[in-house]
Amino acid sequence: MIPAPFEYVAAQSTAHALDLLDSLGDEAKLLAGGHSLLPMMKLRLAAPSALIDIGQLAELRGIRADGDELVIGAATPHAVVASSELVRSDAPLLAHSAAQVGDPQIRHRGTIGGSLAHADPAADLPMAVLALGGSVDLLSRNGTRNVVADDFFTGFFETSLDEGELIVAVRVPRRPGQGWGYEKFVRRANDWAIVGAAAVDGRIALANMGPVPLRARAAEQALAEGASPAEAAELAAQDTEPSEDVHADRDYRRHLARVLTRRALEQRG
Amino acid sequence: MRVELTVNGQRRSDDVEPRLLLVHYLREVCGLRAANVGCDTTSCGACTVLMKGADEGGTGKGVGGGGTSVKSCTVLAVQANGQEVTTAEGLAAGDDLHPVQAAFRQEHGLQCGFCTPGMVMATVGLLSENPHPTEAEVREGLEGNFCRCTGYHNIVRAVLAAAEAGAGTEVDA
Amino acid sequence: MSILGTRVLRTEDPRFLTSGGVYTEDVVDERLDGACHVFFVRSPIAHARILDIDVSAALEAPGVVAAFTGADLADLPLIKPGMNKQMARPVLATDKVRYVGEPVAIVVTEQPYQGEDAMELVDVDYEPLPAVVDFATAAQNDVLLYEEAGSNVAGTFGDSSALDEHLFDDCEVVTTRTIQNQRVAPAPMESRAGAAAWGEDGRVTAWIPNQGAQGTRAGLARMLGLGTEKVHVITPDVGGAFGAKFGADPEHVMVAWVARRLDRPARWTETRYENLVAMTHGRAQQQKVTIGGKRDGTVLAYRLEVIQDSGAHVRVGAVLPSLTILMTPGPYEIPQAESVATSVVTNTTPIGAYRGAGRPEASAALERAMDLFAAEIGMDPADVRRRNLLPKFTEPHRTKFGALYDTGDYAAALDKVLEAADYDELRKEQAERRARGDAVAMGIGLASYVEITGMGDGEDVPPQENATVEVHPDGTATILTGTSPHGQGHATAWAMLASEQLGIPVEKITLKWGDTDLVPEGGGTGGSRSLQHGGSAVRKAAQELIEVARERAADELEASPADLRFDVERSAFEVAGDPDASVPLASLAAEERLFVRTIFTAPGATFPFGSHVAVVDVDTETGKVVLRRMITVDDAGFVLNPLLAEGQRHGGIAQGAAQAFVEEVVYDADGNPLTASFADYPFLSATEVPSFELADMQTLTTYNPLGVKGIGEAGSIGATPAVQNAVIDALSHLGVRHVDMPASPQRVWQALKAAKENS
Repeated sequence: MIPAPFEYVAAQSTAHALDLLDSLGDEAKLLAGGHSLLPMMKLRLAAPSALIDIGQLAELRGIRADGDELVIGAATPHAVVASSELVRSDAPLLAHSAAQVGDPQIRHRGTIGGSLAHADPAADLPMAVLALGGSVDLLSRNGTRNVVADDFFTGFFETSLDEGELIVAVRVPRRPGQGWGYEKFVRRANDWAIVGAAAVDGRIALANMGPVPLRARAAEQALAEGASPAEAAELAAQDTEPSEDVHADRDYRRHLARVLTRRALEQRG
Repeated sequence: MRVELTVNGQRRSDDVEPRLLLVHYLREVCGLRAANVGCDTTSCGACTVLMKGADEGGTGKGVGGGGTSVKSCTVLAVQANGQEVTTAEGLAAGDDLHPVQAAFRQEHGLQCGFCTPGMVMATVGLLSENPHPTEAEVREGLEGNFCRCTGYHNIVRAVLAAAEAGAGTEVDA
Repeated sequence: MSILGTRVLRTEDPRFLTSGGVYTEDVVDERLDGACHVFFVRSPIAHARILDIDVSAALEAPGVVAAFTGADLADLPLIKPGMNKQMARPVLATDKVRYVGEPVAIVVTEQPYQGEDAMELVDVDYEPLPAVVDFATAAQNDVLLYEEAGSNVAGTFGDSSALDEHLFDDCEVVTTRTIQNQRVAPAPMESRAGAAAWGEDGRVTAWIPNQGAQGTRAGLARMLGLGTEKVHVITPDVGGAFGAKFGADPEHVMVAWVARRLDRPARWTETRYENLVAMTHGRAQQQKVTIGGKRDGTVLAYRLEVIQDSGAHVRVGAVLPSLTILMTPGPYEIPQAESVATSVVTNTTPIGAYRGAGRPEASAALERAMDLFAAEIGMDPADVRRRNLLPKFTEPHRTKFGALYDTGDYAAALDKVLEAADYDELRKEQAERRARGDAVAMGIGLASYVEITGMGDGEDVPPQENATVEVHPDGTATILTGTSPHGQGHATAWAMLASEQLGIPVEKITLKWGDTDLVPEGGGTGGSRSLQHGGSAVRKAAQELIEVARERAADELEASPADLRFDVERSAFEVAGDPDASVPLASLAAEERLFVRTIFTAPGATFPFGSHVAVVDVDTETGKVVLRRMITVDDAGFVLNPLLAEGQRHGGIAQGAAQAFVEEVVYDADGNPLTASFADYPFLSATEVPSFELADMQTLTTYNPLGVKGIGEAGSIGATPAVQNAVIDALSHLGVRHVDMPASPQRVWQALKAAKENS
C-alpha cells in the first residue's frame, strides 16, 4: 500500500531530466501522471530509488498539428487528449481510446507517454497508437529519434526505450473523416480490457492477446485482399499468445478477439 | 522535502517524505480526514479530491473549472507542490451545504458515509465538465467510485438533482 | 399527522457530508496519543507448517518498536469453536498456517509508513503442505487441516443417511442438479481497523468498527482471557459491515495484547488486500437440488443437500447452513421436503455472515429448482410459482422445518411485481426478439422469497432489545440503543419514533450507541432485527416516559393523572378541557432526571417476503450480461421511513445482483487467492446496475405495535435468483438449462458453446 522509500526531484526542463537520469542511475524512473508507476510502487512491484518528475513540464504537454501528423506531448493527460477538438477531428480513435482509460480521475492524471512507456499489453493507448500506425519521439543525450509503434513494444511491459531516454511526444497520422472502430471488452467499467480491438486504415491492433499489443496481421492481410469484416475477423486470433486469468482462458480470448475485431471493422462504416 | 500548496484556500508549507501519498498528507498533516483510503489499487475513489495547478492540460486552461478530480491515493504530496487542492471539507460555505452535498442529503445518497466525500468530489468534478449528464453519463462518470451500501441508485439521483439545481454551472472558488 | 411513515431526511448527513464520518482510523482521542502502529505479517501459502520465524532483521528496521510471534502470545487461550472444539486454533498461528492471509507475526512501528518496510524483513520458513481447496471433496480427508479433529468435517445438519429414498415416488416429473452458490467478499468500503489503550485500572478501551459493541466486548474479553468488566468497547462510525464485522477478529485481540505488552496505545488499519483475504467471506455452498411434481405444475417434493465451505477456521459460516435448512421450503407449500448440510474446512479464507447469512442460499437453491421444474414441464415460471405459493395467512404458520411464519401474502407480492414489471409485455418482447433471431437475447427472471428476521439469540431466548429515552430540561432528548447502526439511519429513525411520542422535533433528539460503558447490553445490528426490536424498544421507552412524566405533571398541575392529556403538538401536559393549565414535558426534567429504560420483547422472528423480476440482455456472441431492469416487491410490514427503507432495498438488490452475474472470489488449485484487490475482485460499480423499480407493499406483522419486520437483507435474497434465472431464461431457447453464478461473460459463453455442441 505504501511505496518503498525513494528520492524525488522535480525536473525543471527535459534537459534537466536527462541530466538527472544520468546522475541518479538506472534505478531512477521518470514520473509523469504516475498512474501506471505509482500503483506498481504501492504494491511494491516496482521500487525505484528515485523519481524524476516531468509531469509539470510545459514542453512535454500540449497537442499540435505538424503537417500530416498530430504531435501530442508525452505528459499530456488522457482527459485532455480525449476532449481535444483537434484529436477528435483528426484522430478520433485516439480521442476515444484515451476516454476509455480507467475512470475520470485516472484520466485527469495518467498521460499518454506514461501509458506507452508502461507498455501494458491490456491497456488502451498502446493498442490505439499501434492501430493508428503512430510513433514516439524519444530524447536522450544523443539527440532525438523516432520509433514507430510496431517497433516500440518489445516485450511484456518492455519498450525500446534506452537507459537515459525519455518519450517527449507521441505522433499519429492525421486522418480526418476516416472510419475507425474500437472495442474494449470488460466485465466491469473501469477494468483493463479482457481483450481489445482497434481498427483504422487497414490496420488492426489487439490488446491483451499476448505480451505486447499485437497487430492482427492475418486479418489485415485478408482485408487487404478483399475479405469482408466477418471473414477477415475469423483470422484475428492467428499468431496471438493470449494468457489465462480469472476473467478468460485462452479459448475465450481467441473467440473474443475474433468477435471484437469483426465489430471494430464493422464500425468503420 | 518541502511542499507548498493551497488546501481549501489555505496556503500550507510542510516537510514531507517523498513517498507520502497526498491522501495521507491531507489526513495526517492537514487533519482533513474526510477523504478515505478504501483500496490499494486506485480503484475505489474514496480518496477523490479536486486539484488545480497554475498550468493545466497544456492548453493553459483547466479541464474543469475549480480543479479536476483526482485520486489522492495515487498522487504524491510532492506532486501537489504549487497546486490548489479542495477536499469535501472545503466545499461547504459555513453552514450552507454545497449544492452537491445538499442533493446527496435530499436524495439519501449516502448510508455509511465512507465513500461519500470521494463520491461528492467526483460529482463536483463530473458536473464541472458535464453540467447536464444523462443517467448513463452519470453512471459512467462515477465508474471510479465504489459504494457498497446504496446500490448507486440514490447517488445517481443525487447527481441528477444537483445538475438540475445548476451545480455544474457554478464556478467553484 | 404522524411523522411515522414519512420521508424524513437523515440527521446524520450534514456531518458525513462536510467533515466526514469519524471511522476508527480517524479517531483522535487523548487515550491514543503516542500510539504505536500494528502490522501483521501474513502467510503467502495456503497450508504449511511454520518451521521458523526470524524477526531479527525486522527489529533493526527504522521505527520498529517490537515484533512478536505466536509463541509470545502463549498466555492467550485457544479459540475453541462451539461447533467443533477439536478445530481449536491460537489467536496467532504457532505451528501451522491454514490459509493465504493468515497472520503469522506482528510488527509494531512508531509510524504507519514504517510498517510495510519492516514486514518485508520478517523471514518465515514454511514447510508447504498440500492444500485442500475444493470443498466438495474436502470431506474425503486426504489432507487434514486439523489433525486433532481427524476429519475436515466441521459439523453436519440433518442426517444424510436418513434421507427418504421414496420422497419423489409420486412425482410425474423429477429433475436434479448440482449448483454453486459461490464465495463472495463482503468488501465494505471501510476495511477493518482497531485501536486499544489500557487504563491504570487494568481495563482496556478498544475502538473497533463492529455491528454490536456488546458482542464485540464479549468476544474480545473471551479471547483475551478476561472478564467483560475489564473490556470497554467504543464503536466509531462504521463504514459498512454486511455481517462481516460482528464480534472481534483475532487482529483486534492482538492489537489489545500489543498495547498491554508495550504499555502503550496501539492502532491498526488493514489494507484492502488484507480485507479481501482475511475478513470473512460469504456464501460458498455447493447445493444439490432435486425437485419433483406433477405436469400441472404442482410441486410435490423438494430436497436440498448442501456442502458448506467453512474456510480454514470454524466461524459463523460453518453454522449458517442451519438457517438455510430452516428456510428450505421458502414461501411454498411443498408436501414433502427435506434438507441436509455438511460444513467442511478448507485452506481458504474463513466464511462468515454476509447479508442474508444462510437465507439467500436457501432462496437461490429453491428458486433455481422452481425454474428447473418449470422448464421440465414447459410451464411459465410465474405460473408454477403461483400454483405452489402458500395461500395468504394472517395467523402464524408453522412449516415442517420449524419456522413460524408470522404473516404473509406471497401470491399478492408475486402478482404485484408482475404487474409492476408488465410481465406479459416483457414476454411478448422476448418472443418477438427470439422470432427475429436477435444476437442479444432477452431474459426475464423471477424469484419469490420469504426470509427470517429478528431471530433472537437461541431457542430459549426470546428476541429483545433495550432502549433508554431521556428528556432534558432544555427540550432536547437522548436515546440510548442496543442496536448498532452502520449506515441504516437509526439516529433519524429512532428519533422519529421518540418524536412521535414526545412531541420533540427529530433534530433535537440525539442517539447514542456502541459504547459498552454507556450501553452495556444490546443485540447490535444484524439479521435485520434493529427496527422491530430496537425501534420497538425506543417507542416503548418513550411511551413509558410519558407515563412517568404524567405523574410529575399531575403533581405540578395539582390534578389527577387521569385528568391530564399529553398534547404531542406542544409537547406538554394539559388538564383536559383547560389548555392554559399546562406544563411542558421538558420542564418536568428540571428537578429530577426524566428517563426510562425499557426492554421490548418480541414473540419471535418475523418473516418479510417478496418477489423480484429481473430483465437482462445477453450478448450471445460474447456472453456479456447487461442487467436492464430490476423490479421488486419487498414486503417488510410497515415502512417507518420510506427513504431509509428504499435505501436498504437498493443496497440489498445491488449486492444480490452482484453475486448473480458479477462478483466471485477465486482461488487457484494451490489455494492462492486470485481476486485479492479491487482491480481483480469484480466489485460492482455504478455502470453494472440500472436504477431499481421498487413497488410498495406492507403486510404488517402482529409481533410488534409498529407492525414492522426486517428490511435490511430482503433485497439481496430476492435479487440473486431473479438475475440468475433471467440469464438462463435468456438462453433457454438456445438449449441452455443452467449457468452457475456469477454469470460472467466466459461462463455464459461456455454454456452457449456446450449447448450448441449438444444439439
